[in-house]
Amino acid sequence: MIEISHVDKWYGGFQALKDCTTSVAKGEVVVVCGPSGSGKSTLIKCVNALEPFQSGQIILDGIKVNDPKTDLPKLRARVGMVFQHFELFPHLKIIENLCLAQEKVLGRSHDEAMAKGAKLLDRVGLKEQARKYPAELSGGQQQRVAIARALAMDPIAMMFDEPTSALDPEMISEVLDVMVDLAREGMTMMVVTHEMGFASKVAHRVIFMDKGEIVEDARKTDFFGSPRSDRAQKFLSKILSH
Amino acid sequence: MNYHWNWRIFWEPAPNGTGTYLDMLLSGLVLTIETAICAWIIALVFGSVIGVLRTLPSKTASRIGFGYVEFFRNLPLLVQLFIWFFVLPEILPRSWGLWLKQMPNAPFYTAAIGIGLFMSARVAEQTRAGINSLPRGQKLAATALGLTTAQAYRYVLLPMAFRIIMPPLTSEFLSTIKNTSVAITIGLIELTGEARAMQEFSFQVFEAFTAATVLYLLVNIVVVTAMRLLERAIAVPGYITGK
Repeated sequence: MIEISHVDKWYGGFQALKDCTTSVAKGEVVVVCGPSGSGKSTLIKCVNALEPFQSGQIILDGIKVNDPKTDLPKLRARVGMVFQHFELFPHLKIIENLCLAQEKVLGRSHDEAMAKGAKLLDRVGLKEQARKYPAELSGGQQQRVAIARALAMDPIAMMFDEPTSALDPEMISEVLDVMVDLAREGMTMMVVTHEMGFASKVAHRVIFMDKGEIVEDARKTDFFGSPRSDRAQKFLSKILSH
Repeated sequence: MNYHWNWRIFWEPAPNGTGTYLDMLLSGLVLTIETAICAWIIALVFGSVIGVLRTLPSKTASRIGFGYVEFFRNLPLLVQLFIWFFVLPEILPRSWGLWLKQMPNAPFYTAAIGIGLFMSARVAEQTRAGINSLPRGQKLAATALGLTTAQAYRYVLLPMAFRIIMPPLTSEFLSTIKNTSVAITIGLIELTGEARAMQEFSFQVFEAFTAATVLYLLVNIVVVTAMRLLERAIAVPGYITGK
């Protein structure tokens, strides 16, 4: 489904990604972890070309992402993306947040988009909030809306960029619950997160990154059982020690 | 001071045969409002486009925007009006220049366009600041949903940016109205022009300019109130100016 091969990315003189190669199969859930600044977010943003990269290639469902002929808006519409800071559109009501791209990008009718939006809001447990504005919701609720907004586009895969890092502790589980359900339904997911509980519950594979490199790319049991690299071991001992 | 006050002067007929002095001032006021509205529309349209250009990733676009803004905001308004009115017809090919000089209402068009372009540089800077004040993730989120750059601006970035810059935009609108008085120098007989004419005909200088002052104040108070109401109407619940 997602083939990432030999991707290099520079920000000016700084190399953010070094020869990254990995793949995600259909229905697979891959957790990407690593210290901050290791290139995790950059990597998943490359998958839907939110970040350009200089060499290597990424193929998404048979389409080459870095081909100049690729219709990027169309491609991006097929990949759901959830951000650390939710990024709901503050001037639009919750239901309008869910409808905007359905109507403007997919060309669905307003009624169709509303029906789909209402269904997804119900699914994330926020049907009652449809007429409110984002700023009137808690962080956890906003992030659930953001997930519903991404799902409304019927994506073939979902990217999560630290979806719980900006949340108060008591709101983390409500967001993770939605993600666990999604994973169990067979959604293809790449999740940048430090939530190792989530990783051990639903991930198939764990990728560990450091300084722009993929240091470890292992099945979940192997990763948590005995990470092969020192760096991954150190990282795990740091985040699991509390 | 040996001044002869005469507040009833406004109801006396003006020697130019267009009615009373009050009619004269009011016709100036109408011209002031017409010029200001035309200039403001030009300022908003051009300012928004240039402001957006300056926030695009394209280097060429932001350079064009930069050049535009610096040209129109760094020359005094008076000089700009003189350039459009006196210099432009001379440097154009003869027939075009002649056509410009013979155009009816030339001072009105020149003032509306000249003041509009001058103000558009300022609106462009406000627009740019408004867009840049939004979290970077907003553009990313819009892009990730598959919106094109144009759609992202139209549906996501600009609606918030304009809400944020409403208070400074109100000031720019007021400046536009006040700046129309500069057009007197190219022969536009707007409110200031009519007040001066009244003073020359009647020698009642205090009455004439008191009336002009009050009329400017009234117009600007109406604008401030209207913009406040608009601000309140489009406020986003829970967000900055919203409640």
